[in-house]
Amino acid sequence: MSAGAIAAVPAGTVSPRRVAITGIVLAVLAWVITLPPALVRTPVPSVILGIAAVAAGGFAVAAGERRPGVGAIALGVVGIAGAILSTRAGVGNLKVVFTWSALVAAALRYATPLLFAALGGIISERSGVINIGLEGMMLMGCFFGIWGADVLGSWVLGLLVAAVAGGLLALVHAVFSIHLRANQVVSGTGINFLALGITGYFFTAHYGPNGTPSKISQVPNVKLPLIQHDGFFGAAIGDANLMTWLGIALVPLLAIFLFRTRWGLRLRAVGEKPRAADTVGLPVLRIRYLAVVVSGMLAALGGAYLSVAFVGSFSQDMTEGRGFIALAAVIFGRWRPLGALVATLVFGFSSALADRLPQFSQTAGTLFQALPYVLTLVAVAGVIGRSRPPAASGIPYVKE
Amino acid sequence: MSPEDEELEVELAGDEHVEAALRSPARLNAYVRGLGGAVVPILTTVIAFVVAGLVVLITGHDPLSTYKAVFNGTGLNWLFPWISGSARTTAALELQQTLIETTALILVGLAVAFAFRAGLFNIGGQGQYTVGAIVAVWIGSSLSGMTPVLHITLAIVAAALAGAAWAGIAGVLKATLGVHEVISTIMLNWIAVWLGVYLFQLGGPLQDPAQSSVPVSKTIAASAKLPVFWGNPNLQGLDIGIFIALALVVVFGVIINRTRLGYEVRAVGFNPDAASYAGMNVGRSYVKVMLFCGAFAGVAAALDILGWKFQLFTNDIQASQIGFLGIAVALLGRNTAIGTVAAALLFGSLLTGTSERNLDPTVFDPNLAQYLTYMIQGLIVLLVSTDLIALRVLRSGRGIAVGLRRRRPDRAEAAASADGASTGGTP
Repeated sequence: MSAGAIAAVPAGTVSPRRVAITGIVLAVLAWVITLPPALVRTPVPSVILGIAAVAAGGFAVAAGERRPGVGAIALGVVGIAGAILSTRAGVGNLKVVFTWSALVAAALRYATPLLFAALGGIISERSGVINIGLEGMMLMGCFFGIWGADVLGSWVLGLLVAAVAGGLLALVHAVFSIHLRANQVVSGTGINFLALGITGYFFTAHYGPNGTPSKISQVPNVKLPLIQHDGFFGAAIGDANLMTWLGIALVPLLAIFLFRTRWGLRLRAVGEKPRAADTVGLPVLRIRYLAVVVSGMLAALGGAYLSVAFVGSFSQDMTEGRGFIALAAVIFGRWRPLGALVATLVFGFSSALADRLPQFSQTAGTLFQALPYVLTLVAVAGVIGRSRPPAASGIPYVKE
Repeated sequence: MSPEDEELEVELAGDEHVEAALRSPARLNAYVRGLGGAVVPILTTVIAFVVAGLVVLITGHDPLSTYKAVFNGTGLNWLFPWISGSARTTAALELQQTLIETTALILVGLAVAFAFRAGLFNIGGQGQYTVGAIVAVWIGSSLSGMTPVLHITLAIVAAALAGAAWAGIAGVLKATLGVHEVISTIMLNWIAVWLGVYLFQLGGPLQDPAQSSVPVSKTIAASAKLPVFWGNPNLQGLDIGIFIALALVVVFGVIINRTRLGYEVRAVGFNPDAASYAGMNVGRSYVKVMLFCGAFAGVAAALDILGWKFQLFTNDIQASQIGFLGIAVALLGRNTAIGTVAAALLFGSLLTGTSERNLDPTVFDPNLAQYLTYMIQGLIVLLVSTDLIALRVLRSGRGIAVGLRRRRPDRAEAAASADGASTGGTP
């Protein structure tokens, strides 16, 4: 937002930013009305809405709000295209793919591991340490979680073992990036390889070709007794996993911790201005160590969700890049817990959609798997808004 | 860098500008390139092998015989004159494998190294390799009746352009909107993977119609296959791709050390602000650098496809780690031309030496060994991310434990600079 943009808008008129946001909403609406339950069968209203969105975006760009304006224009075009596609598809197909309650349930399942890892990523990056190693820490939790649940016979202990394993690997990352002042991105890359090696090695050495046994204690689902099980909410959230609820509960807790408590302020200070934090007597390095280890524990819990709660077994490289999606969610959510929750839900939703689309088009579903990455690229390019990491993230701190 | 410079750097380390400069991987590399030369990378490798050997020992195997079996699996024993008869034939086959792996690793290593020299971290080698492979297999399989020279050239150039375009996205985003290349290249990696899976999956637009139940591309035409000059073409003999890779190593060295672009790249990598003051267009350099990186990765993919893969499976696209291996290669090779070749040979050997095809299963289970490779690779990347450990081991001889026990990083830095002074920091 430049000074010119502010000057171009005299007091009392509509803010171009708001116009752009309205445009974005209209663009989304253009597509949504052609989907169940509204199911408008003609593209005309959608085209009108889409053109309105493009116009709003154009106005915003002209008034100096370039980024949200461009976003509204792009989404307007996408909205029209989507609406035309869905009005040409059969109603039956649309109803199968867009069963909203099932989509929400699936989105929550996909979002849970991402959410834990993303919250971990926020803690680490807020303290000033980039954590590319989230992927590896998730993988550690994934294997050692199910190993713990198998050997110790209970999922609670399994999760505990997962957290310890993830925390230990995170400690390695912490030693390298904090104490030895390594390049944090390089160190994180090393962590990912190391995790791939360690989990694969011990999985093969311990379980051999048969894989994990079939009856391992799993994290239970929570059956909500108060809601109707045939209604929308019943199908969407009536039978979600305990860890999903734990993850969602963590979001406000972490937000309060970060932005409302003394220790949260200290954590952020260390990530923004370590020199100043040091000057007022904060133990910069110790806080960073704690943050990275906690981040690894959370990422590991996210990984453990996959094996101990969702699937009930382990296979090599089971996280399949989810740590990187979580990293994307951290950025997409602008380093805030609530933002990360929204981002992981959006990403989870696109995975859920990709899962269901093959019923309707054999191949197109696959492209939706790329959606989280495209959205993140768009987000960091700033179309949706400014995305700025904590000032000191990535810089090793040298005490004077 | 002279010892005086390093002392200055230690003194200034608290200064914000210097801190910013220290963030730059190229600066970091310039800093250690002077210190260690070849000694630190070699020591790093030794430490990694020792640690991985401990894991082997703890899990009840003999590390020495394991490593010996891995070495024999690489085919490097072919170089020993006393190996003869059938052992020699096997060794030759295995060495051809190793060199095939090395070919692509050299180029993905260059893709990362070139970026590092400009202060950019190209994590996107994987994605650039993937789009290069898609284009190479497409060109290689969809044109027929061409003369081999033309067909091969076209496929390689097209793959290079595809890789360059893919990397160029990250370069342009960095130059115009300031998007950090680490983030954009990671995202582009996954977009490339899903694009590839989409194209070649069952029913995908480029899937081989002759094998309707296999998610794979069409096989490339005979005219697109690289000629094999050593070994049996049906047993993945060594193709001429390795010469193309080595030629590009020379190109890399010349560009970096002898051209205006190379000077610009190094200047930007060392200090973008100063380069900008000196009248260089930093943003444009970033774009140029990424284009080169992507082209290297694209050629790597083309040589793999035209040389020995001939087709592209979707699960290969999803499981491939070669772009990330390129990071290890570049870092261990200190982002130099010759270092990249040496590091690529090391990792190429590790890959074939621990492969199911080459490792003697009576000594060590190949299924386990492939994870040993990942572990060694992870340890090497971790160790080169800092260099302080190897330097400490090198100088004090008292082991890593001492290094970790030091409480204050500024003392660690001082120790490192003292080390540099005494190992004769070459400029």
